[in-house]
Amino acid sequence: MMALLLIAVVLIGASGAPGLLFERRSTFGQWLTTCLAVAGGSLGLAATALGLRPGEAPEIRAPWAIPGGEFHVALDGISAVFLLPIFLVSLLGSVYGLGYWKQAEHPDNGRQLRLFYGLLTAGMALLVIARNAILFLAAWEVMALAAFFLVATEDQEEAVRAAAWLYLAAAHAATLCLFALFALLRSATGSYALSVIGDGVLAPGIATAVFILAVVGFGLKAGIMPLHIWLPSSHANAPSHVSALLSGVIIKMGIYGLVRICSLLPAPPVWWGGLLLALGVISGVLGVAFAVGQHDLKRLLAYHSIENIGIIVMGLGLAMVGRSLGRVDWVVLGLGGALLHVWNHALFKSLLFLSAGSVIHAVHTREIDQLGGLAKAMPRTSLCFLIGAVAICGLPPLNGFVSELLIYLGLFRTLGIGGEVSWAGGAFAVPALALIGTLAVACFVKVYGAVFLGMARSEHVRDAHESGLTMIAPMAVLAFFCFLLGLAPALAAPMLDRAIGAWAGPSILSGMSLSALAPLGWISAAGVLLVAFLLCGAILLRGLLRGRVAEPTGTWDCGYAAPSPRMQYTASSFAQMLVGLFSWALWARTHAPRAQGFFPGPTHFHSEVPDTVLDRGVHPAAHWLAWLASWSRLVQQGSIQVYLVYIFVVLVVLLFWR
Amino acid sequence: MASTVIHLVLVALLPLLLLGVIGKTKALFAGRVGSPLLQPYHDLIKLLRKGSVFSTTTTWVFRAGPVVGLAATALATLLLPCGSRSAPIAFTGDLILFAYLLGLARFFTALAALDTGSSFEGMGAAREVTFACLAEPALFFGLLVTAKLSGHLSLSTMLVGPLPHGSQLGMAALVLVLVSWLIVLLAENARIPFDDPNTHLELTMIHEVMVLDHSGPALGMILYGAALKLFVFAALVVRLALPATDNVWAGWGMFTAGLLVVAVLVGVVESVMARLPLVHIPRLLVAACVLSALGLTLVVS
Repeated sequence: MMALLLIAVVLIGASGAPGLLFERRSTFGQWLTTCLAVAGGSLGLAATALGLRPGEAPEIRAPWAIPGGEFHVALDGISAVFLLPIFLVSLLGSVYGLGYWKQAEHPDNGRQLRLFYGLLTAGMALLVIARNAILFLAAWEVMALAAFFLVATEDQEEAVRAAAWLYLAAAHAATLCLFALFALLRSATGSYALSVIGDGVLAPGIATAVFILAVVGFGLKAGIMPLHIWLPSSHANAPSHVSALLSGVIIKMGIYGLVRICSLLPAPPVWWGGLLLALGVISGVLGVAFAVGQHDLKRLLAYHSIENIGIIVMGLGLAMVGRSLGRVDWVVLGLGGALLHVWNHALFKSLLFLSAGSVIHAVHTREIDQLGGLAKAMPRTSLCFLIGAVAICGLPPLNGFVSELLIYLGLFRTLGIGGEVSWAGGAFAVPALALIGTLAVACFVKVYGAVFLGMARSEHVRDAHESGLTMIAPMAVLAFFCFLLGLAPALAAPMLDRAIGAWAGPSILSGMSLSALAPLGWISAAGVLLVAFLLCGAILLRGLLRGRVAEPTGTWDCGYAAPSPRMQYTASSFAQMLVGLFSWALWARTHAPRAQGFFPGPTHFHSEVPDTVLDRGVHPAAHWLAWLASWSRLVQQGSIQVYLVYIFVVLVVLLFWR
Repeated sequence: MASTVIHLVLVALLPLLLLGVIGKTKALFAGRVGSPLLQPYHDLIKLLRKGSVFSTTTTWVFRAGPVVGLAATALATLLLPCGSRSAPIAFTGDLILFAYLLGLARFFTALAALDTGSSFEGMGAAREVTFACLAEPALFFGLLVTAKLSGHLSLSTMLVGPLPHGSQLGMAALVLVLVSWLIVLLAENARIPFDDPNTHLELTMIHEVMVLDHSGPALGMILYGAALKLFVFAALVVRLALPATDNVWAGWGMFTAGLLVVAVLVGVVESVMARLPLVHIPRLLVAACVLSALGLTLVVS
């Protein structure tokens, strides 16, 4: 099976290469590339599924000339959980790209985009099956660089270049941490193999250092607040199917790294899990709070990625605490919820980014307050976006609800329910998760209402049109999976159980399983019941309205005779109260002119929520560092004579030394 | 089986009566005769028989709002233990489903409001979702307290009243949660001091302004959905305050009486208090959160 998987990886990785041989505007190249990517993706999905059959332990080892390196790849439960979204989202994204980034419309960068799209997917797939640190780092770097070129696709624009450079800097800061991490592990264990480290091999200080490096290095990639600085701008400025891959899958590689390293380290102290839980709560609450304040559709979705990463990290933190305190049920529910949320987020966030891309493709702007009323012109896109929005808010009967329920159940159990041991820290995360849920509802009501409902706010929307089949079909597939996992979560349980077993060790698990601890059957039943209730209600309303619907008229605007689209509540007004409540973190900038005199001239109101960490932390610090570095110019004059003098002085000093 | 039937009958009939009781209480305080107790039923029947006008701006989302609001809240009522010991649907974790069903109802009600394109309805929707963000943690802190005291994770086994947890700390925590949930009840149902259901100034309203453009059967569904939501929160409070009993009929009787008492209480609050200024509402909700958080610290320490 492993060979099949590697073939799939190579196929996807090379999928963009043949396209380079064709004409810039040739459509044949893009079809060939997409066919290769789809074939590779399907093969990868099949190989992953087959590799998980009982009794299989797929592994390939081959010598590699690089010092310390070994070509060692293996497929276990954790790898498989991450492989599925990689292959699925990339496959659907390449199909979407056929309509969204037509070669004929983008002759300059279409081929480049397809090349790096494939390379990125291959890099990630190799990353999650690598069992050698050198191979892991190589795959990590392929992923990081390919993603850089993808973010920089439209590099003729200033904002895109800035986003790409910021991404590159963050990605390499992460890699730097990983170098230190693996060097530490190498010096302690004597090998670069990624295998379980026994008790007592690592000194406590070293273990803590490894954990902190993992949190910073992988946290930078995952976008844990406050390490998220690169995430909003690069998600906003990349082409939408790249954003879907960035948000749906790439940031999950940070989660994968964290999950993998945590599984290798022996017996964690309680504060490790506590730290992760606290970071998860911060990312979750502040991520969604920043999202509420955004005016850019894709930037808003990017902040929601930070929120969802927060939810995933909360689950992981709970599992770590459970491991420390010997509560297996916390491990199962926490990690099970986190991994299921990895899938769910990959599904609904890709769906949202693809739908947002469909909107942007039609109206050529990302400004939420310029849009409105798109549900009429783009019914399918708007339905897909709505499904994604309900799912990301964690509302039943869709998939987001299930993973949040698992994490909730685990957190409630930290009160001491279902076992003797209790841990007070977990209880206080529950209301935070509830707050995240309601804030997400507020944010998606805002964005769906402002973009798809009401009346068109600008000229951009007038000639909007529905997207073609190549763009709608991938979205429909993702929406289908959102329903499937929401209505039948038991389908996912065996695979998640395997991953949890691989993480905690089957012996520790002692027969506990997700389906035994979580009411998966009841969730299905309640979901089906809810759908039935909704259908009954719809039929009832339809029946009551039959023959009694009066001639449609304009909206009743409380007696005002001539309402216009400009009088609608905007997204910024909608968010104003919430932005005010979170002003201690958001530091919104508002430009509110005061009308003065008897005949004030025309003016406008403007507000924005910049990223607090980037704008108030990193940028000033970078300026300060640059200023500090400018002092070195005193010696670095840049003229050759001065350097010759330096050499002469050093020689003379050495001559008279001793 | 019998208890399920009684449960369904109660859910179908009682919610609108609560609205009638509130109205009658307010009339008594004001020295008026007031509309009959059963007036909300007449209103509902009248609305269901009327025609509807839809704005040209709206889409199918506008019609989905009342349907989802009613269906999700109705499903939530099936998760609540009313008079009997157990709800028709009870499983470990149903409390999360309960809270998120109400969230689903809120999501679509607010979307339907935005679908009209009216700025008034946009304001109402914005307030609804904003205040919900502050009310939800209070609800969950309270659920944590009851989960800790009962050692269970299902509403039917969590909300068993004060008697089984004889300890003084537990009782104190329950009292704090009770006060907090009463505030949440008033906020979630848009009653005074959060919102005045009788006001006619659209600029200051929350719930009523969201449904300005609905008419006929859809408005009827909204009316019934809102009554159900009041029922749901009143039932939560009643089950928290009243001890559970093994006598089935006494259970139903006490529960119904408790609901009516809550309705009277809401009526009294509406009669003796004024609406808060909009900017002060978050403070009261944060106070509710802090009260129930205090309850939680009492029981986990």
